[in-house]
Amino acid sequence: MPIPILMPALSPTMEAGTLAKWHVAIGDEVASGDVIAEIETDKATMEVEAVEEGRIGALYIDEGTEGVKVNSTIAMLLEEGEDESALDDVDPENAASANGAAAEKNKQPEKSEKTDRKDNKSPAPATDKTPAKSARRDGERIIASPLARRIAKQNNLDLGQINGSGPNGRIIKADIEAAMKDGTAQKAAGGELTTTRSVASDPVEGGQVIRPVSDKEIFATYEEGSYDLIPLDNMRRTVAERLTIAKTTIPHFYLTIDCELDQLLTSRKRLNENAPKEGHNAFKLSVNDFIIKALALALQYVPHANATWSSNGILRHKRSDIAVAVAVEGGLFTPVIRHADLKTLSEISNEMKDLAHRARAKKLSPADYVGGTTSISNLGMMGIKKFDAVINPPHATILAIGSGEKRAVVVGDEIKIRTMMSVTLSCDHRVVDGALGAELLHAFKGFIEDPVTMLV
Amino acid sequence: MSEQYDVAIIGGGPGGYVAAIKAAQIGLKPVLIEREHLGGICLNWGCIPTKALLRSAEIMTTINHAKDFGIKVGKVDFDFEKIIQRSRDVSKKLTSGVGYLMKKNKITVIDGTAKLKDANTLTVKTKDGKETVKAKNIIIATGGRARHLPGLAPDGKFIWTYREALKPDVMPKRLCVIGSGAIGVEFASFFNALGSEVTIIELADRIVPAEDAEISAAALKAFKKAGMTIRTECTVSETKPGDKQIELTIKDKNDKTETLTVDRVIAATGIVPNVEDIGLEDLGIELERGFIKTDGHGRTNVKGVYAIGDVTNPPWLAHKASHEGIIAIETIAGHDVAPLDANLVPGCTYTSPQIASVGLTEQEAKDAGHKVKVGKFPFQANGKALALGEPDGMIKTIFDEKTGELLGAHMIGTEVTELIQGYAIAMGLETTEHELMETIFPHPTLSEMMHESVLDAYDKALHF
Repeated sequence: MPIPILMPALSPTMEAGTLAKWHVAIGDEVASGDVIAEIETDKATMEVEAVEEGRIGALYIDEGTEGVKVNSTIAMLLEEGEDESALDDVDPENAASANGAAAEKNKQPEKSEKTDRKDNKSPAPATDKTPAKSARRDGERIIASPLARRIAKQNNLDLGQINGSGPNGRIIKADIEAAMKDGTAQKAAGGELTTTRSVASDPVEGGQVIRPVSDKEIFATYEEGSYDLIPLDNMRRTVAERLTIAKTTIPHFYLTIDCELDQLLTSRKRLNENAPKEGHNAFKLSVNDFIIKALALALQYVPHANATWSSNGILRHKRSDIAVAVAVEGGLFTPVIRHADLKTLSEISNEMKDLAHRARAKKLSPADYVGGTTSISNLGMMGIKKFDAVINPPHATILAIGSGEKRAVVVGDEIKIRTMMSVTLSCDHRVVDGALGAELLHAFKGFIEDPVTMLV
Repeated sequence: MSEQYDVAIIGGGPGGYVAAIKAAQIGLKPVLIEREHLGGICLNWGCIPTKALLRSAEIMTTINHAKDFGIKVGKVDFDFEKIIQRSRDVSKKLTSGVGYLMKKNKITVIDGTAKLKDANTLTVKTKDGKETVKAKNIIIATGGRARHLPGLAPDGKFIWTYREALKPDVMPKRLCVIGSGAIGVEFASFFNALGSEVTIIELADRIVPAEDAEISAAALKAFKKAGMTIRTECTVSETKPGDKQIELTIKDKNDKTETLTVDRVIAATGIVPNVEDIGLEDLGIELERGFIKTDGHGRTNVKGVYAIGDVTNPPWLAHKASHEGIIAIETIAGHDVAPLDANLVPGCTYTSPQIASVGLTEQEAKDAGHKVKVGKFPFQANGKALALGEPDGMIKTIFDEKTGELLGAHMIGTEVTELIQGYAIAMGLETTEHELMETIFPHPTLSEMMHESVLDAYDKALHF
C-alpha cells in the first residue's frame, strides 16, 4: 500500500499553509528524516521530513500552492517493490482519512464533489483550471452552505476567516452569525466575496484587510510603470491583517516616561567585562536584555496590567512572557521570551540572540512566537527618540523603546548630564486604564534606573 | 454481578429500537427493554396501522370516483373487518421485522418494565420476577399516550382513543372526532371515506392548527367538500352515554350550546408523556411542562441519562424520535454530532388530501422578525395532478426576503407527504432560492410544483 504524506500542522491552530517548495521529485528515493518539502505559514518556513522510507510516487500539490489544508494528502510514498500502478487505486482524500481516525462507513456528502482522481495522476497547477467553485485539489476550496455564502457576501465577510461547524467543517449560517456577533469575522477585500485566497501576484483581489481606498482607485492613481509591484507574502499579509485589526478595534492610549540609564549602563559594562567570552555560559548583555527583564518583573509587581481582553472576561496572566519585535527582511517577527521574570539576564540575552538569529533566517517554529503577554518594540538603536507602537493582539500593552541619549536634566536645582531613555507604553483601555498603565511604567522605571533591584 | 451494558434503552418504539440498532452498529453494547411490543405506538398503534386503514379508504374513494376516469364499476362495498384485519397484519409484519433486526444486530431485548434505580442501574420487572440491569448510559424512550380530557376518557364503549379506533368494534354511522391535529383528522378522513357522518370539534379557530393558516383553510375546504362537519372554537362540555349512542353537548366560544348524538367519539386531544413509575423523581430528572427536559443531544440534567422521542420536547413524531436516538447514541460514543434542529423535522398528515410541512409557517416567520417572500402554486396548474385526477391542493414556500433562506414549506394535496423531504434536504443544506431555482425538476411530476412555488416567491412562476 502506498503511504500518504499529509500536510503537517506546524502549530496547534494551523489550518492551512503554503507548500513553498518541493525538495523531491517523483521517483526520488527518500529515507526517514530526509527533507522533502518546505511549508510556509503566516510566520515561518518549516521543513517537512519524511517519516518513512520509500520512493516518491506522486506529488499532488504544486509548489507555491497556498491554503493547503492540514492533513490533506500532499504526496504518496511507494514502498519497496511497488510501482506507480499501486497508485491507481489510491484516492488522495480517502487515503488521508483512512490514515486518520476511524473511517466512517458512510461517505460524507461533500466527498461526492471530488473530481475523478484516476484521470488526474499528475495534477495540473491549481491556477490552470477554471476558477473552480468546487473540487480544487490544492485544498483552497472553502466549504460553505449557499446560505452562509450569501449572508457572508451581503455583509462583505471573508469566509476564509470563519470556522465551519457543519459536517466536514462546512461553514453554515450559524457560524456566520456567530462570527458577526463576536466580531471575529473580517471584511473581504473590495466588497468581493473572497472564497479562495488569491495568489500573491494578483494584487487587485488579494489581501483580507479593509482598505480605506479601493485597489481600483490606487491603481488608477499611479501611472503604470511608475512603480514596482511587490507581491504580498504571507508575513506581509499577516502583519497587515493583525495590525489593522489591532489599530481599528483596540482602544489605544499612550503613556510616556523617561528613564535614567546611567546606573544600568555602568552595571552592564561591568557585567560584560567580567563575562566569560567563550563557552556555553558566555554572554554579552544588551540594554534590551535589561529592558526585557525589567518589564517582566514590572508585570509581576503590577499583575493587573498583565492581561488580555476577551468578551468572556479578562485573562489575568500569571506568567511574564515577553514578545520582542525583531525586524527581518520584509517584515518582523515577535518571538517570545517565556518566564522572563524568572530568567537571569544572561539567559534572556542568549535566548534572545538565538531567537533573533532564527527569526532572521525565518526558521522560527510556532512555539517560538505564539502567545506572550506583552511586547517590546525597540527602535532605540535606530536613533528614534520616542514612538507609539501598535498593540500586538491579544496583548494588552506594548512598550516602545526610544534611544538612550545624553540629555540635560534638572536634578535638584542643577542641570546635569544624564543618559536618558524615553519609553512609551501603548495600552488597551479595555483592560489597562491610565493609572494602571502608569503604575506599570513606574515599576519598570524603578528596575531600569536601579538595576540591582532586579536581583531580588 | 449482572452484565454491564454500554447503554440501556427503555422503550422499543421508533426512538428506542433505532437507537439500539445504531448502538450495536458502532460497537456499543446495548440492551433494549420493552414492556409491551417492539415498534412502540408507531408500528403497533400509530403511524403504520393508520396508514393501512387510510389506504383502504383511499381505494374506496378512488373507486367511488371511477366513472370520472372512464371506469365502470358495479355496486361498491367494503368489508370493515377485513380492512381492520389488514391494518393489524401490516402492523404485525413490521413489528416482527423489528424483532428480526434486533436479532440480526445481536441486541439483548428484555420484555419487562424498567425503573431507574440510579444513573447506571435499572430494575426490570419481568414476568419471571425482577432483574437488575447495569449500564454506563441510559436512554429513556418511553414515549407518550393519548391525553384524556375530563369526561372524555375511554369508557370501554362510546369514547375511543386512537387505540380503540384502530380496533373498532363497530363501524360508526355517526362519529365525532374531538381535536383536529394529525391523529384526529386522519381518523376523521378514514371513517368519512367509508361513509360515517363525521363531525370534527376543534378548540382553536382553525383545524390542523399547527399548520400554516392557508393550509388549514384549504384543509377545511377539502374536508367540508368531502362531507365532514367542522366546528372550530368549540368544546365538548358534557357527555351523556345512552343505550346505543352518546349525546354530546357542544359549547361554542359564545357559550352557546347544542347537542350532538353520535355512535362513537374519538378523543384526539394531544399526548402526555410516559414519565410515571420510571424513577425520574428519585434521580431528580428535570421535567418541562411534564415532558423530560433535554438538550439538543438528548442529555437530561442527570449525567449519563438521556431521553428521546415523545417523552421529551415536541414535535412528537416517530422520525424525530429515531433521529434523536441516533444523536444520543453518537453522543454517548463521543462522536461529534449536530444537535437536533426541531425546525427541520418535517410533519406529515395522511388525510385526503394529505398535508406536509417543514420549517416555519408564514405567521411564525413574521413573528420571528423575518420579512418574507411567499410563493404558492396550485395543483390545478400541474399536469401530473390533473392526470391523476387530483386537482385540489397547493404548495407554499416561505423565504427570508433578505437572505433567500428557505424558512418553511407547506403542502396540501395528493402525495405531498412524499414530496416534503425535498424541501427538508434543501433546508438542511441551507440552500437559498437560487439553488432551488437552478434545480431541474422532472416532468411530468407533482414535484414540479415545488419548483414553481419557489419561482412564484420571486414572481417568476412559469405555469401560473
